[in-house]
Amino acid sequence: MLTGPAILVFLTFVIVPVVMAAYYGFFRWKGFGPPTDFAGLQNYTSILTDPTFHDAVRHNAVIVVLSLVIQGPVAILFALLMNQKIRGRSVIRVLIFVPYVISEVIVGTGWALMMSDTGALNTLLGRIGLENLQHSWLADPSIAMGTLMLILTWKYVGFAVILMLAGLQSIPEELYEAAAIDGASFWQQQFRITLPLLGPTIRIWAFLSMIGALQLFDLVNIIWGQYVAATAGTSTMATYMYLNGHLAGNYGFGSAVAVVLFLISLVVALVYQRFVLRRDTEGALTGDSGRKGRKK
Amino acid sequence: MSTSTVSAAPRQAAPYELRPTRKLAWGSPVTYLVAVVLIGACLGPVAYIVLGGFRTNSQITEDPAGLPSPWVVSNYTDVLASSDFWVAMGNSTISAVATTVGAVVLGVMASFVIARYDFVGKGAMYSLFAAGLMFPMTVAITPLYLMVRTLGLTNSLAGVVLPQIAFALPVTVIILVPFLRAIPAELEEAASIDGASRLGFFWRMVVPLSMPGVITVGILAFINAWNNYMLPLFILSDPGTFTLPLGVANFASQYSVDTARVLAFTSLSMVPALIFFSLFEKRIVGGLTGAIKG
Repeated sequence: MLTGPAILVFLTFVIVPVVMAAYYGFFRWKGFGPPTDFAGLQNYTSILTDPTFHDAVRHNAVIVVLSLVIQGPVAILFALLMNQKIRGRSVIRVLIFVPYVISEVIVGTGWALMMSDTGALNTLLGRIGLENLQHSWLADPSIAMGTLMLILTWKYVGFAVILMLAGLQSIPEELYEAAAIDGASFWQQQFRITLPLLGPTIRIWAFLSMIGALQLFDLVNIIWGQYVAATAGTSTMATYMYLNGHLAGNYGFGSAVAVVLFLISLVVALVYQRFVLRRDTEGALTGDSGRKGRKK
Repeated sequence: MSTSTVSAAPRQAAPYELRPTRKLAWGSPVTYLVAVVLIGACLGPVAYIVLGGFRTNSQITEDPAGLPSPWVVSNYTDVLASSDFWVAMGNSTISAVATTVGAVVLGVMASFVIARYDFVGKGAMYSLFAAGLMFPMTVAITPLYLMVRTLGLTNSLAGVVLPQIAFALPVTVIILVPFLRAIPAELEEAASIDGASRLGFFWRMVVPLSMPGVITVGILAFINAWNNYMLPLFILSDPGTFTLPLGVANFASQYSVDTARVLAFTSLSMVPALIFFSLFEKRIVGGLTGAIKG
């Protein structure tokens, strides 16, 4: 009885829409009245043969990989430094978390102004005599992805650092003392002790980062808008869905995009869980209720 | 959701507090240099937004990267005097508070049953919520919009709040079930001997004892609702119902030539999130890392 309301809300707004997406995806449908114009797999073939969708998928893939490659090492290095017992540690920890707390909309609005052609960055570069480094950071398709990665790193690296710090705190100090007695250098200690023991934290962070990168929408939509994103080379599957499904009023097509997006995320999640996460979280994502070894 | 519950803190101390703090030494200068650079990089763009609000448009055009000279407060006072800002602030507050209360109340009730009673379909119920973790809002947004429209809830905050509650439930249940399971059965027996009903036990024992977990999930639900952009973008088209993220985006495109005012609006809409964060900083950091480390 107590579970009734929760189940009802959950089914209505999560499960039913997801199931309906699979159903609507087979129709040409403008979203009015019941869908009747059955189109079979036509929506899916249109999506999978659309070059702009291929671009979006490629952008998502680049964002996934670059997020891992850039943020991971940076976060681990910063966490190692911040993990030393220095004064002001707690203040530092709070301050590097600030970008994570601010919404993507605010981040996007502020950064868009800073990075515009006549914005603060280009002016600063000009003033210190680096005019040749001035660029059209947002509009130039060869640079825009780099700009996006810069902003994403700025926003999310603090979160990664906090996670890594929490992971570092759980490594027993005795290990380092023993290693030091055995004559291991600082870097040997980091590679032989820290990295292996930080493994579970890194793997979970990487998982969250990948799933987030696949769903990326807010930042791109705010900075580039729904039309410019494609030409600037920063469109994602989610912005493609918003533009071609919602704004165009093609709800059958939009649902089909959602299904494709979901399947891609699901495959990534399952493969990652099967091959990487397995030893850390036995069945956490497949809904196994037997998470007995849960530490709190 | 109040600060009076802080007394229940020791149950779930953040991981980095487990080790007793020793007297800290001054570290090497390199460490401090890196720390200062890192903090500068983190706060620079925020400072740009805040300081830019204190400048005039001609100051910004002449020198986009300069400091305010002279300092102008009219952008901020204009925004504070505008109804756009306060309407969006009010809507965001309603949306985030209602989502938090809804997710916590429904989540605690469901988790309580799953954690403490044996019944047919219990495993399936848990799996159902856990499966919800696999469906980010992005995936469901198109049919979700249609569902909300069918229910006649577009352009109403209820159309945003109910889905937000639904999408907050998986994390809530996953975090709360172990908390509730950890309450010893003897407590329940003792309570029933003393004449407490199941519901009485629930309200008098379970809710207070699980408070640390409840606060964590409440904070997660609040932040997600407060920062949510995609769902309101689909559901709300009437400016009178806009939440802050929509308000900022709308203001930025409406006054795109008035950069200073956009910056003032943007920095004012950061303030609530930053206050909320500074109040609950330990819990947010601990909750996020705890929830992830599982």
